[in-house]
Amino acid sequence: MGGTFESMKGGGAAIALDEIEISILRSLAVQLLELIGPGAPEPAEDADPLAALFAEGPSEPPSDPALARLFPDAYGAPDGTGDKGVDPQELEARSAEFRRFTENDLRARKREDALAVVRSLDGLTPAGDGAAVLELSGELPLRWLGALNDLRLTIAARLDITEDDESATLFRLPDEDPRKPMVMAYLWLGGLQETLIETL
Amino acid sequence: MGRVSVAPVEIERTESAEETFAVPEPDVPWVTLVHNDPVNLMSYVAYVFQAYFGYSKDVAHKLMLDVHHKGRAVVSSGTREEMERDVQAMHGYGLWATLSQDRN
Repeated sequence: MGGTFESMKGGGAAIALDEIEISILRSLAVQLLELIGPGAPEPAEDADPLAALFAEGPSEPPSDPALARLFPDAYGAPDGTGDKGVDPQELEARSAEFRRFTENDLRARKREDALAVVRSLDGLTPAGDGAAVLELSGELPLRWLGALNDLRLTIAARLDITEDDESATLFRLPDEDPRKPMVMAYLWLGGLQETLIETL
Repeated sequence: MGRVSVAPVEIERTESAEETFAVPEPDVPWVTLVHNDPVNLMSYVAYVFQAYFGYSKDVAHKLMLDVHHKGRAVVSSGTREEMERDVQAMHGYGLWATLSQDRN
């Protein structure tokens, strides 16, 4: 896992990926798609075409910690200390209303980003050893950037990463620890994201 | 007939005066706050501030450092509707953002 993104002449970013890296990235992106969930169901043929436009999203925060991090409350401090002079119930009501009108769009965007990752990996033509060079141009670098970030947020929620400090216990796990592969993937994705940002 | 309508008009005026009193000061601006988290890369946070708000590299970098060291930073201010738009955009990027009325 040593590949990094590099700028391409004329714009865009490229990275050499081996067979295992391609497989891990695809698998993680598919898991992210499953986590975010399917889009709104296809409306029946006789349904009002405008109805889908005004369909309301959920008003409750997701119970899954990873989803709760991807779709946080818009009102009130994250540490639960609230907002000076505002009733906590009022903050909850405002967050619920915000969520109803934004979460469906946010889910759609994150789904599109993850789908773009899967599609660009499926579009690769690997050499005999399964390795390939991935070239991203147009809107793809930004879609990848979003998906890489969502993946890291999701894995961090699963690993319960709460400290900035990379010397924390989690990053010095013994090889036999079952969390080790996920920690390695988290750090690897961070490197991919960091080098992708440098190409922008 | 004219005298009959006098009393209701006065009652209405009293009610609307009470309602006006209950409405919070309209010119107190709202702000978008971005909160620190251990996952988002510093370079990514600075990139988002440049890309979405159009801030210069220096301003974006300073705001990112404020988020990192002070735990949060005000990244924009305006009407409640504008701040809801900014918060939604920050959530789209995966940043942890909230909006509140600036009472400081």
